[in-house]
Amino acid sequence: MSVGAGLGKRLRERDLSAAPAALNLLESSTAADREQARALLCEVSPAALGGEAKGHIVGVTGPPGAGKSTLLSALLHAWRASDRSVAMLAVDPSSKRSGGSLLGDRARIEFDPADKSVLIRSTAAGERLGGLAPATRAAAQALAAAFDIVVIETVGVGQAETEVADVADTVVVVVQPGSGDVLQFLKSGIMETPDVLVVTKADLGQIALASRRDLSAALRSLGTKETGATRVLAVSSVSPPQGIEELVGALDEHRASLDVTERRLRARRAGALLDFTAEHGERGLRALGGRRTGERLLEQQDPGLDSQALMGVLEQASANR
Amino acid sequence: MMRTYAGHSTAKASNELYRGNIAKGQTGLSVAFDLPTQTGYDPDDELARGEVGKVGVPVVHRGDMAALMDGIPLGEMNTSMTINATAAWLLALYIVAAENQDPPTEQRDLQGTTQNDIIKEFLARGTYAFPPAPSMRLIADMIAYTVEHVPKWNPINICSYHLQEAGATPVQEIAYAMSNAIAVLDAARERLNSSSTPRAQELMGDVFGRISFFVNAGVRFVEEHAKLRAMGILWEELGRERYGVTDERRLRFRYGVQVNSLGLTEAQPENNVQRIVLETLAVTLGRDARARAIQLPAWNEALGLPRPWDQQWSLRIQQVLAYETDILEYPDIFEGSKVMEGLVAELLEGARAEMAIVAEHGGAVEAVPYMKAALVDSHRRRIQRIESGEQIVVGQNRFTETEVSPLTADAEGGILVVDQAVEAEQIEAVRRWRAERDQQAVDAALGELARVAASGESHENLMTPTIAAARAGATTGEWARTLREVFGSYRAPTGVGEASAAPGDKELSELREEVAGLTERLGRRPKILVGKPGLDGHSNGAEQIAVRARDAGMDVVYEGIRLTPAQIAASALQEGVHVIGLSILSGSHRELIPAVIDALREAEVSVPVVVGGIIPEQDVAQLKQAGVAAVYTPKDFDISRIMHDIVGIVGAEANGHGPASNGSA
Repeated sequence: MSVGAGLGKRLRERDLSAAPAALNLLESSTAADREQARALLCEVSPAALGGEAKGHIVGVTGPPGAGKSTLLSALLHAWRASDRSVAMLAVDPSSKRSGGSLLGDRARIEFDPADKSVLIRSTAAGERLGGLAPATRAAAQALAAAFDIVVIETVGVGQAETEVADVADTVVVVVQPGSGDVLQFLKSGIMETPDVLVVTKADLGQIALASRRDLSAALRSLGTKETGATRVLAVSSVSPPQGIEELVGALDEHRASLDVTERRLRARRAGALLDFTAEHGERGLRALGGRRTGERLLEQQDPGLDSQALMGVLEQASANR
Repeated sequence: MMRTYAGHSTAKASNELYRGNIAKGQTGLSVAFDLPTQTGYDPDDELARGEVGKVGVPVVHRGDMAALMDGIPLGEMNTSMTINATAAWLLALYIVAAENQDPPTEQRDLQGTTQNDIIKEFLARGTYAFPPAPSMRLIADMIAYTVEHVPKWNPINICSYHLQEAGATPVQEIAYAMSNAIAVLDAARERLNSSSTPRAQELMGDVFGRISFFVNAGVRFVEEHAKLRAMGILWEELGRERYGVTDERRLRFRYGVQVNSLGLTEAQPENNVQRIVLETLAVTLGRDARARAIQLPAWNEALGLPRPWDQQWSLRIQQVLAYETDILEYPDIFEGSKVMEGLVAELLEGARAEMAIVAEHGGAVEAVPYMKAALVDSHRRRIQRIESGEQIVVGQNRFTETEVSPLTADAEGGILVVDQAVEAEQIEAVRRWRAERDQQAVDAALGELARVAASGESHENLMTPTIAAARAGATTGEWARTLREVFGSYRAPTGVGEASAAPGDKELSELREEVAGLTERLGRRPKILVGKPGLDGHSNGAEQIAVRARDAGMDVVYEGIRLTPAQIAASALQEGVHVIGLSILSGSHRELIPAVIDALREAEVSVPVVVGGIIPEQDVAQLKQAGVAAVYTPKDFDISRIMHDIVGIVGAEANGHGPASNGSA
């Protein structure tokens, strides 16, 4: 068995210690590693798993300074208290000038280094602003086979939650009290309505409550999403924490109400198209016969294929035209 | 007043040192505590490993404080304690030690200073213990307590010293120090107004008059002198306008000084002597802005821990200045100087603008992330000026050829090495202390401390249960843990994420080329983990390495301060990094670096480790033998060169293994 397939098999068997090496492989761009990465993903595809990966993929996004890291620290403790394994993919922007990045979030998330059921991995967003690197999407899908919870944390408002929505089962947007801009984004439709909206710093009292009220009102005026109404919660991660248990409950409820197969399938198809465009650009899309043709083509494929395989289908089609 | 900053190993050894210094003519004490004491951990805590007795004296309970001050009459002594997060606790131990001395001294007669400046810990020094809000409450409680019960005590010393060490320009140093003072004074005013005392306004005047500053003086001593004159003007303004102080004596800007350590070099360390002398002139030349107390660093500080003889040399510099020169004989020699007035006006204008920005953020506490990022940026610029040769440092980037120095030629390389046995002795001692005390009394005292801490709004002063816990025999770690449990723990912003990208000079573009080539070979960007093991909070060096690595095109996982070896190993594994950069300035590299390497081996992570910090020459070989790929010391001031080196190390490693072989594959 190849290295990639071996790692994929270990993830499928919920061997969490395979995760770091699996991520190294998925992030690599050398031809040999990508070959192995495809083999890895094949082992954790719905076809190989006999259904969708069991893990709950949660996207968490929000503007800088909203308190995401502190909130994730508190969530991590709550999840671990109920013995659920957790992988966190923290996505930070890359410097446009040098291509390098400073991945600082890990330092702000407290965890026990001896706890083998927690994995925190910082990744750079790469060249695309507010976007997810293709590797992050593949990583989330692969880790969902092994971990109970997979968090993707991104920074930003407007673009970020759309990208996260393409891979996550549940999208959480985090704002701090008094962030009028988020309200504006919601109303104007720049921002897609999240599944759960969290107002942090509830220890600020009245301001946090007022923010929560405003956001709830704005969401009501926009109507509801197909999966049900967006929950708006106020939490405080500073000692003593408030609202964390409710948030955990809200996430579980959303996941339970979701048609996971349908959402994942949609995510894989959207992801394949995104990866294809990232790789081959607009020119590639034209060679395919346009975005709509690509989407139709994907809809005809076996629902058990992973996004890497779906991307292969697109590449094949564009070469044949 | 003349003192030298001192303390190491054990309370008993430090006591001997103090008595020796007093015999040589020193007129006050300046106590240096070790990092576990500063951050609130007992010697047997995992985080204290390698740090016990290193940068100062461990004081764990009232018995240690009694031994430290043995035979030194506290009623006659003026004691300065460099202690911040745990200042309330150490003052409590000092009060209890004074009560128990023969003859006893009551707290109202005690004189001295606790540094107690937490904002600069978040910004520059890293020895904080609690989140910002409860930290400010502790300070306000301590001010309210001392102004009534220990009236000759300076409860807080606003420090701009460390800001300059972290790279602050004179304007930033003035502005951030003043903003910091405003935050403290506002908190104290609120505390006094909400307490039942009818003398609130009168006590506020006392508080203002009790606040002193601890500043830095760099080698550009004319501008530095102007900086101090500007601070005096702003301080008086603040007192009159914001706090309604009218008494002239209380409005006076009082400060102590430790002259610059940042500018001291490892290369040709004897040059540091003239730097120290010139820096001392900055704070003594003009009478209207003269320091009250001066501490001078030792000439060999960049090499390691100074010996008593090195400290004597620093004391003698002050004595020659005070007793041989005519500097103290004249009125203010800059009065009427157009140049000086112009300089002062310029600094005032800049500082006022910067203070306005801090105020817009909601004050110094809320502006910590902003100020931190600004400091990291200033420091980056300073290093770049030195690297490019625009700023000359004699013996380091100019005039580097040198004769062999007889000063550093002896076997130990001219520094003091703390006996490694100290840590084991201290662990043994604290366990004995815990076994022999009245445990019920300690439990009750800590329970009361927790209750008052949790009471929050009810305005009970934390000093009362703190002093009771000191009397009962609680330890430093127990006091801090009790409060951590109520207040929560905290990690300060690192400032590195916001630091602006360096302009692309030739050096940097070459570096980016190398990194791009390496990225192709590896299949992903070279990823570096940067962090500080142990309790040492001096993160300036690590931050600069992190920022430069990003500017060179690497992915940088910046882990910050206070990491255990297990944390570093877990992060390296999970992150799939190609190289690990560790920084230690506290002298604990001998224990901590091998411990990290063991932890990595246990986690089956086989990536190169590089180390930077104050590492004496004779330790380098030992570290390399333990498996360290490269060691960088203060003489490696050129960060670009360090980066080239690291890229080379990762490249060589990549030739041996494929990228997927990192981690546990």
